Amino acid sequence: MTTLPGSSPPPPSARQRERNAYRRRRTVRRVVVGTVSSLVVLGLAAWVITSAPGWPRVREVYFSGHHARESFPAIWDAFWLNVRLFMTVELIVLPLALAVAVIRVVPAPAMAPFKFIAAVYTDVFRGIPTILVVMLVGFGFPALGLAGVPTSLFWLGAIALTLSYGAYVAEVIRAGILSIHPTQWAAGRALGLTYGQTLVRVILPQAIRNVTPPLMNDFVSLQKDTALVSTIGLVEALRAAQVYQANTFNVTSMCVAALFFIIVTIPLARFTDWLTIRSMRRQGGL
Amino acid sequence: MLRIRALRKSFGDHVVLDGIDLDVARGEVVCLIGASGSGKSTLLRCIDMLEETDDGDIHLGDLELTDPAIDQNRARARIAMVFQAFNLFPHMTVMQNLTLGPRRVKQVPHREAEARARELLARVGLEAKAYAYPDSLSGGQQQRVALIRAVAMDPELLLLDEVTSALDPLLVTEVLDVIRELAREGRTIVMATHEMDFARECADRIVFLSGGRIIESGPPEQVFTAPRDQRTAQFLARHTARR
Ligand SMILES: Nc1ncnc2c1ncn2[C@@H]1O[C@H](COP(=O)(O)OP(=O)(O)OP(=O)(O)O)[C@@H](O)[C@H]1O
Ligand SMILES: [Mg+2]
Repeated sequence: MTTLPGSSPPPPSARQRERNAYRRRRTVRRVVVGTVSSLVVLGLAAWVITSAPGWPRVREVYFSGHHARESFPAIWDAFWLNVRLFMTVELIVLPLALAVAVIRVVPAPAMAPFKFIAAVYTDVFRGIPTILVVMLVGFGFPALGLAGVPTSLFWLGAIALTLSYGAYVAEVIRAGILSIHPTQWAAGRALGLTYGQTLVRVILPQAIRNVTPPLMNDFVSLQKDTALVSTIGLVEALRAAQVYQANTFNVTSMCVAALFFIIVTIPLARFTDWLTIRSMRRQGGL
Repeated sequence: MLRIRALRKSFGDHVVLDGIDLDVARGEVVCLIGASGSGKSTLLRCIDMLEETDDGDIHLGDLELTDPAIDQNRARARIAMVFQAFNLFPHMTVMQNLTLGPRRVKQVPHREAEARARELLARVGLEAKAYAYPDSLSGGQQQRVALIRAVAMDPELLLLDEVTSALDPLLVTEVLDVIRELAREGRTIVMATHEMDFARECADRIVFLSGGRIIESGPPEQVFTAPRDQRTAQFLARHTARR
């Protein structure tokens, strides 16, 4: 309104300076209280754990520095397989799930057979344990001996995870589409947009935004489930850790593998939090 | 009862309130008018502590609302605010909406809260809707429930932000009737509105906001018939001619 160019706000009143000082002190106090209480709780927890009678044994079996260093290179190499696997699967799952979700919601009668197939697909693959899908694809596809069916274990693993996660993600996206208020459809159609244009320009952007947190959650879950391909003989991080453990009878290598999985999950989790908070801010709720 | 002094609020370098002074006496009905974007909602939100102010004081009685050390929950129990739309909780019946605050904030016993809610519903002619969900109510009915939900908390100060602007003209009347009655009861109300006729009829005082300042403040007859400021005259000319 009155953003006069070059005019600077008047200096704050004495009372306002007091208020600002109070807010600053309060912020400092909150940070201090938060830090101190965290340190106390963590310190206490560490003390309780490390002073337990079995602790030296636990440390040797689970957290041995020597075994961690020894097993690290093999697990590091193997972990790249997990990373490539989940990146590939994430890239294929999104469009697949989007297509399945859209097919399931569009009312066009000509789509009926596809709607049926999409419904069966989601029901079946959400129902089967992922590890079973991995085995069925990994052991079954090569036995088919059909031309064009990939034989590389990597791609078999990718197909299995895609089938399983495609079904989950499709349901999340479909829920997102259905959560958009019907007046948004009406508003799009009223503007003269076609059904498809309304879907793509109006409904989907809102739907995807609403379901981003659960979607990210599914991706985190997928990152972990890449470990399942070890069952069909792929040497990924878990299998590499197991190999080391079998030779040494020490599970530190498995903790190293666990650490890898945790580390790749954290950025995604923080990104999801950030997205959620941002959308709350936008709606003026925070 | 409400005393605002030198209130300032900006969003980034966009100054929205540029030194507002306003006193509201107990039982007074003040209508804020002004162009869209003149800061009416912002002023109400500052009073309800929904926005942190940049400078200046707001006092409600002896309580300083701009004091960052106050207990906002307790202070808000003395103020009620009704917004343009989306006031009711959609997952609760009308009755649950009306009794939530009294029961959970004021610890009023269940029966008593329901009895009071029923009495208020009767006053706005909605007894029959006590167990309906907000979705099944018309916009005007929803706003009437929102108003009595605010009243059910017995606030010292009622803030209304364009409570009728999302409604069609037929429904506006029924909501304004409720506000008119609240005004007659002697409640203290500060409301932002574009309903000039209503403001003229019901307000004790009209406050015209423009450029982040109060340009004019006075009894409705004076402001509407003999505005002192050129800008007020222009605004009123545009807004009364339209109707
Ligand atoms: N959260 C915000 N961030 C940035 N600018 C804001 C924010 N809220 C309000 N504004 C700006 O502050 C100004 C005043 O807004 P406000 O909502 O108070 O106007 P108003 O007088 O209530 O208008 P209307 O009659 O249309 O409701 C507007 O220019 C608006 O763009
Ligand atoms: Mg407003």
